[in-house]
Amino acid sequence: MSELHTVNKSPFEKNSFDSCLGHVLEGSAVLLYEDGVYAALKGTATEGKVKAAQGVKFYALGPDLKARGLAQDRVSDGIEIIDYAGFVDLATEHDKVVAWV
Amino acid sequence: MKFAIQINEGPYQHQASDSAYLFTKTALEKGHEIFRVFFYHDGVGNGTRLTTPPQDDRHVVNRWAELAEKHELDLVVCVAAAQRRGLVDDGEAERNGKDATNIHPKFRISGLGQLIEAAIQADRLVVFGD
Repeated sequence: MSELHTVNKSPFEKNSFDSCLGHVLEGSAVLLYEDGVYAALKGTATEGKVKAAQGVKFYALGPDLKARGLAQDRVSDGIEIIDYAGFVDLATEHDKVVAWV
Repeated sequence: MKFAIQINEGPYQHQASDSAYLFTKTALEKGHEIFRVFFYHDGVGNGTRLTTPPQDDRHVVNRWAELAEKHELDLVVCVAAAQRRGLVDDGEAERNGKDATNIHPKFRISGLGQLIEAAIQADRLVVFGD
């Protein structure tokens, strides 16, 4: 059983990203979208948390990065940038979708 | 695959309705089925036909309605959330003695049972918003 966790709020605004990391299991995925993409940035307090999450795959929604003027080279290594088609695919590939808001 | 979509946020509040719309549209383009879109809490604001954004802005309500027209989507607004926020159809206007209605004809008002049913019938429930 694997889950897709979605985070749509900035980790600097709400603690939903931390709540998500506290529940995510190995083999699951985390999608950062809307203001959640700020958790994908290099050089922030969240970068280490992303790296420390063993066996969890991280994704960031490209259109939401672009809408915020965040270039792809600012995204932490190991986070895959996807589009809406990728979002839909992730939702189908995992057994359930859990929204952290 | 069969998806159910839940939207908890107003149309111009943050980004939930935009994200949900683009997810739904993409899922349909990829050949998936959308069992139902359920608008809950402030999300009921997505269903008023009186919405008039500036001409150079996206029209969130009409955009949902057009997608519903094209793909025969079931757009359902939560009745209790709608009553609180003044979203009214013919039945609610009569029941509550209101002098007007404002729901878009592509939307319908119903109960939480519709959300539960969607969660049971669909393979995935995807929630957008606060």
